Order: sequence, then structure tokens, then C-alpha cells
Amino acid sequence: MATGYAPSSMYRSREGMGIWEHRGKVAAVGVGHSPTERRWDEKPETSVGAWSIMALRNAIADAGVSPDQVDGIVIVPETTTGAFWPEDKPLPQDVINAFVQTDDPLDGIAKLSVEWLLKNMPELTNIKYSVYAPVCMSNALNVAAQVVGDGLAHTVLVLKAWHNLQGRYYQGGQNAQDAIGGTSAIRSLWGAPACYGTALQFAEYCRKYGKDHDMMTPFIINSRRNGLMFPEGYWAQHRPEELTPEDYQLARWIAKPANLFDNDIPIMCAASYLFTTAERAKDMKQKPVYVLNHADSDAVPRGLTPTLDEVEAECALTGRKIYEGAGITAADLSFENMYDGFTQFHQFHIEGLGYRGIGFGDALDFYQTDISIEGPNPVSPSGGNIGSGRSRFWMHTDSIQQLQGRAGGRQITGVNAEIGVSGGPMPLGGNYTVWSATPD
Amino acid sequence: MKQGVIPDDFTAPFWSAANESKLVIQNCSKCDRLQHPPAQDCGQCKSGDDLGWKEMSGTGRIYNYGVVHDCPIRLLQDDQPFNVAVIMLDDDPGIQMYSHLPGTAVDDVPVGAPVELVFEESANGQKIPEWKVVN
Ligand SMILES: [Zn+2]
Repeated sequence: MATGYAPSSMYRSREGMGIWEHRGKVAAVGVGHSPTERRWDEKPETSVGAWSIMALRNAIADAGVSPDQVDGIVIVPETTTGAFWPEDKPLPQDVINAFVQTDDPLDGIAKLSVEWLLKNMPELTNIKYSVYAPVCMSNALNVAAQVVGDGLAHTVLVLKAWHNLQGRYYQGGQNAQDAIGGTSAIRSLWGAPACYGTALQFAEYCRKYGKDHDMMTPFIINSRRNGLMFPEGYWAQHRPEELTPEDYQLARWIAKPANLFDNDIPIMCAASYLFTTAERAKDMKQKPVYVLNHADSDAVPRGLTPTLDEVEAECALTGRKIYEGAGITAADLSFENMYDGFTQFHQFHIEGLGYRGIGFGDALDFYQTDISIEGPNPVSPSGGNIGSGRSRFWMHTDSIQQLQGRAGGRQITGVNAEIGVSGGPMPLGGNYTVWSATPD
Repeated sequence: MKQGVIPDDFTAPFWSAANESKLVIQNCSKCDRLQHPPAQDCGQCKSGDDLGWKEMSGTGRIYNYGVVHDCPIRLLQDDQPFNVAVIMLDDDPGIQMYSHLPGTAVDDVPVGAPVELVFEESANGQKIPEWKVVN
């Protein structure tokens, strides 16, 4: 069975498509996570493949289905946080030998195929449909919702896993060389780190609206606090440290105006969800969380980096697509779990949504009000990537758990959890899911 | 010091023009539309048939900037912290180029100010388009 990437027809990229045809007919039921680790220790049992298997088995068990009921799988084959297996480094033969291998020796180590998973999970005897989604869980969730809705499979595992190898982030490869190729040089000769583009947008935002970096402080502290109540997350598991305003405001700059804590920490981890039809979900172990809509942003900036105008226009468009297909308005949202890894994305996303009535330029003032899980306006109850490390999936796990009433210490209490939205990553280029405790 | 550049077939016209102290930007003559970074196809008509290179006037404005304190590129790390500005070309403000703004103090960048094209030698002698604030 050859697996390919999901066709563009699976994504809801345009405005004016109306209510999603499968609104309320697809549900997430099971959630499964691996542990987290800062970097791989090169043991078989902590490889990205091993942790993927663990997350998938946990999702199956959580949903209370038997593995032979699963008939579909959607995974992200890319697993890198930015780290690639060095060309001059010998392959880890003991790890390769610990699994049933495909033709690619780095399968299960620095990438992941459906073929590898099925060879190493013999209990999945009934997979009839498999498909890849690029890069992010947010994308894979859009695909999974459409796969179940379209009837291509009825009980579907969705998976995203991340590997992070030894060595400093992004310091190897062409960045260490004295000369680089002409095509990449046009973008990369000036040495801008990953957060630079977002920092630029934030700088323009501050100039336009009269805001400053310190105004991000309540968001950062709220995100870490919520993250420390996420037992599946990196900071909760390894470094349970609260952040103070001084920690944030005095942290070293990476690309000013983005500092260390505006960046998410790259980690190893895997997560899986079990999606099924609303009908089948009724008989499963956990409360179903219904998908009201999914939406895609496929905008491309004109220049090297998106302008604030481009960012705001696209976030507003994304907000309209999200609401249109779900048949809801901003007033229906109990909470939002939009992307935050870089922190300075978050205000664009929630302003585009008009969350709690805010418009462009309002989010940093909104952050100065009660944005906690106990208040009426919870912001990023998951804590996001900032609260739990770079996975780009905490916001989805949290949304499902909030609506199932099993978010534990993070359970929002100032408002009933009825409808939530999660997704990202980029304002230009992201995927979003609207979740609901009820199908209608 | 910027990394050297090894021109590839695709970007060779850009880099050889730079070595002659000229800035050329990819242009679709059918759409009369510039694009940068260059691509195999025009972003508007999606065809590569009418793509060529057009010389720019060499003036622009500072649209935005950040200050890089933690750069992933080894050869630039001795220069930290440094400005990385985004220049919008007067020929078409939709066209952006990065600049270290030689001669401008770190984090003292006049956003909106006019700039003019200069060229800087990189580690292997390839000339790189750069931008200086016009006084
Ligand atoms: Zn064209």
C-alpha cells in the first residue's frame, strides 16, 4: 500500500464554501502521548519510531477500541525539529536492528513512514486507508476529519512525532560553512534566526498600535502556568519552573524584539488522536468531541517576509473561514487554543478570530486583563508550545480534553467548555479545527 | 563577514550582476511583475516562460528591522548583535531585500528612511547587494 500526501481537495481553503458538509458527524475520542525529552539519547526505546508506536497505542487504549477496529491512519512523515542526521555520522545500527526496517535506514529515527509503523505494529491488521499530511498535527487533523467525513475510513489514527538530535539548534549544516549555494544565499546570507520574521511583524505591530514587548508578559506567564499543569508536556515533566515577569523581561534577545522566552524549546515527543464517526463514537470509552469545521490558510507572502498588512488580512480571512464552515460566531467560543510557538504569532491569530470581541491592535491590552483558565476569557488554556515545548499539538490535546472535561488542573472554570478552536502555525499557512462538546 | 556564495544555474544572473555592481530582480514580462526571491514560475501567471531579469534603480526605503543577537551562521557570530533590516525597493515596494545596513548603529534604525544600493564583498569575494541610509 503506497501512501501519498492528502490531495488539496481535502482542505477547506476558501471563503464561501458554506457549512462544512460533515459538521458534527466526525468526532475525536482517544488521546495518546509519548513522554517528552529534550534530545534523543540514541536508545531504541526512545526513538521517534518507538514513541510514535507508544502514542498510537495509548490513543487506541484511551478510546477503548481494539486495534483491529482501526481502518485508517493519517500521519506526518516529517519528524524534524530542525535537526537532521549528519551525513558523516554512522547510522545507529542497534536502533535500526531493534525494529522491522523499511528500505530507508533513518525511517523511525529521523522520519516516519506508514509502512514502518505497520511493520512494527502488527496489531493494526485492518488498515484500509492511509495518507500523509505535511509538517504539522494541525494539518493532519484537517485531513483526518475529512477522511472520516468522506467515509474513506471510519476509525482513524492521527499521528505527529518529533525527533530532536544532539547538538545546538540549527548550528550545523550550511550555517557552519564558509560558502553556500546561490539560491539559499538570497534569503539566508543575513543570518536571521527562525523567530526573526515573526519578530519583524511584532515590531511593526508595536509601532502601529503603540504597544511594547513587556506587554507580552502576562501571556508568557499564563502560558507557562498552564503548561506546568499539562502532565504530558516538557516543562511539567522536566523543569517545573514558574516564570516571573523579570525572567521574561530580562531574558536575552534572540532577534529583538523576540527574546529567549518568545521561542519554544525544541523537544522529542509524539501524540496521536483517534477520530471516528459521531455514530461509532457513542460506543467508545471517552466522551466524543465533535468536529464542527476545519479550515486551511494557504496564503503566500509577496516578498521575503509577510508584512503586517498581509498577516492581518490573512488572519481575518482565516477567522471568517473558521466561523463560516462551523456555523458559529466568535461569541460561541468558550476558549481558544491558537498557535504560539513563537509567542508573537498568538495576538495575530486571536485578533483575526475576534476572540471576545477584540480587533487588530487590541490583544496586548486584552492580555493585561484576566486571561487565566479561571476567568471568563481563557487565553491558550493549553499553554501551547511556550507552556510545554515545540510540538504544535498541545493546543489540540487540550481542546479535546477541555471538551471532555478531563483537562485536569487546566480545566477552564470561568466558562463552560462547549466550543473551542485550535490550530496554526503561521498566520500565512496554517490549519484549524473547531471542536464542540455536542454535535449541533 | 557574510558567507561566500556559490552561484547555481538558477541564480547566476543575480550574482553575476552583483559582481558588476548591478541589482537585477526576476521579472515576468507577460505580467509585468517583479518577484523576489526568484522562483521557477511567476507567482501570478504560474508560468516560467516569460521570466527574465530586470535591472533596478538601486533606491529603496527601510520597511522594518530586527536586531539579531543569536545568529545560527558561524561566520556572522563575531558581529553580533547586528541589524537585519527589510528594504522595500522604490521600483516596486512589494519587492523586499534584507540588509545589515552598513554604517547604521545597532538598534538605531530609521524606519522609513531612504536607502541606496551598495555592494559588499563576502567570504569568497562574491559581491552582495547591501543598502546604506541616505544622509
Ligand atoms: Zn507572469
